[in-house]
Amino acid sequence: MELIETWFREFYQSSGINLTIVYDGFDRDRFLRGLGNTVILSVTCLVLSVLVGILGAWLLGSRFGIVRRFVQGYVQIFRNTPPLAQLYFFFFALGALLVITAELQVGQATFERQVPALSNYQWAIISLSLFAGAFNVEIFRSGIEAVPETTIEAAEALGMTRWQIYREVIMPLAFRICLPALNNNLVNLVKTTTLAYAIAVPELLYMSNQIWSDSVNVPEMMMVLLFTYIGLVAILVFGMHRWERAMRLPGFGQ
Amino acid sequence: MSGSSEKATDLPVLLPAAHRLAAAAAAERVTGPVPRPTLWLGLMLFSIFAFSIGLAHAQGAPEEAETPLGALWRWLPVLLEGFVFNIAISFIAMMLGTIVGTLLGLGQISLMPAVRGSSWFLTQFFRNAPWLVLLFLVMLLVPFEFRFGDTVIPFPGWIKATIGLALPVMANVSEIVRGAINSVPSGQWESSDSLAFSRRQTIFSIILPQCYKRMIPPWMNLYAILTMATVLASIVGVDEMMTQTRRALAAEGGATQLLVPFYSFVLICFFIYCYPIARLTIRLERRFAVKL
Repeated sequence: MELIETWFREFYQSSGINLTIVYDGFDRDRFLRGLGNTVILSVTCLVLSVLVGILGAWLLGSRFGIVRRFVQGYVQIFRNTPPLAQLYFFFFALGALLVITAELQVGQATFERQVPALSNYQWAIISLSLFAGAFNVEIFRSGIEAVPETTIEAAEALGMTRWQIYREVIMPLAFRICLPALNNNLVNLVKTTTLAYAIAVPELLYMSNQIWSDSVNVPEMMMVLLFTYIGLVAILVFGMHRWERAMRLPGFGQ
Repeated sequence: MSGSSEKATDLPVLLPAAHRLAAAAAAERVTGPVPRPTLWLGLMLFSIFAFSIGLAHAQGAPEEAETPLGALWRWLPVLLEGFVFNIAISFIAMMLGTIVGTLLGLGQISLMPAVRGSSWFLTQFFRNAPWLVLLFLVMLLVPFEFRFGDTVIPFPGWIKATIGLALPVMANVSEIVRGAINSVPSGQWESSDSLAFSRRQTIFSIILPQCYKRMIPPWMNLYAILTMATVLASIVGVDEMMTQTRRALAAEGGATQLLVPFYSFVLICFFIYCYPIARLTIRLERRFAVKL
């Protein structure tokens, strides 16, 4: 470790490429914390957005017209407005209105004051999950629609109940159909987590910004940042492709 | 399939499906053949907006004479000016991105391995990097002016932001072009080969004319995404709509009752601009999907 640090220090002396995140403990900690936050944010939003998508696709098949319309409205609004504006709307507008009274203790005295009910981290998770979830609803819906009508009729002919058909026939097929589109959307979601920078969530971009402000190494950090994000996306794509191949049904699809 | 539609089939095996289909048809006769979300959406948006105004009004100080809507009306010219700037940025970035992206896309099918490889790398690199990081890259690494001897060419922030937004557009256009060219049946290439067309002739007068139709829907989709991404320029300090909104709110002294109306106004502006594009894209997709 010492050796690597010294090498990178000398590398800076000789070439002028200043990679502080390798040899400077403080910068390295900040970078790793940012990376960790980005990963946590991405994974949380990934799971939540898939849940939102499944719920929305299920509600789209509801018997009540008003529920269907509501879900359609949600999907269209979140798909056709800028994600950053959504984030600002949630954090600055709703966040300022949603306040709770907290007790603040200073010495012996206790004060009551208004604090935001949700932190910026939580608002980022909510906003990004809803944004990606709106796309997932559409993806799951088109997957369900793509299941051939004849397959469903065949299941009906075998005397399966509605729930059985949904669980044993439609879902497994629909899921395989929509995996590629889901894959794309999740990649997009990982890239969209950078927006949390705007509301000061300490994720990778935010931390890198602090590092390049302190150490004045913008070009180096920019390259590190780009390759880190591309690496994260590559890991996700690799995993999803593995999963896609593992779930492939022989003779179904291509 | 003739006669009254109460019972669509006599085959007992198909009865559950027949019942379901008949029910669906009956529902469709009431609601119309296609779901009509536009009117509902409008109503919903309007009610959310009205609700937010009402909420804001209830929150605001009662002795204040001006309603949040009044404040919004007063700031409307500034906000709309910002919105027009967003649209202008999106036009220029789209133009730049499309021109360079098309060249890059053609580079991806080049016969020279070096050109093909580097085009592929550039495309993948800029396609998989977050838009905001690319925006920072251009904002911080491109100088604010260029000097050629005595002439100074200034490079203001908004031009840099436009270039920063054009980079991912370029990569996506490149993929669209490559995908469309690959979707042309290989028989087209072979038959133009057998008719002794040169490669350039094949690409420009046989393959590309068949691609335009396929490229238009994803291209429009990309444009909508780009328009929504122009808001990112506010993070790096360009005077577009979001920046103006935040300035207006700051000028109003951070009044809480104005927050929801102002931010929802931004959302509504973009929605009104992007939603028709999305509808049109879907319609074109359907129309072009028939002919293959």
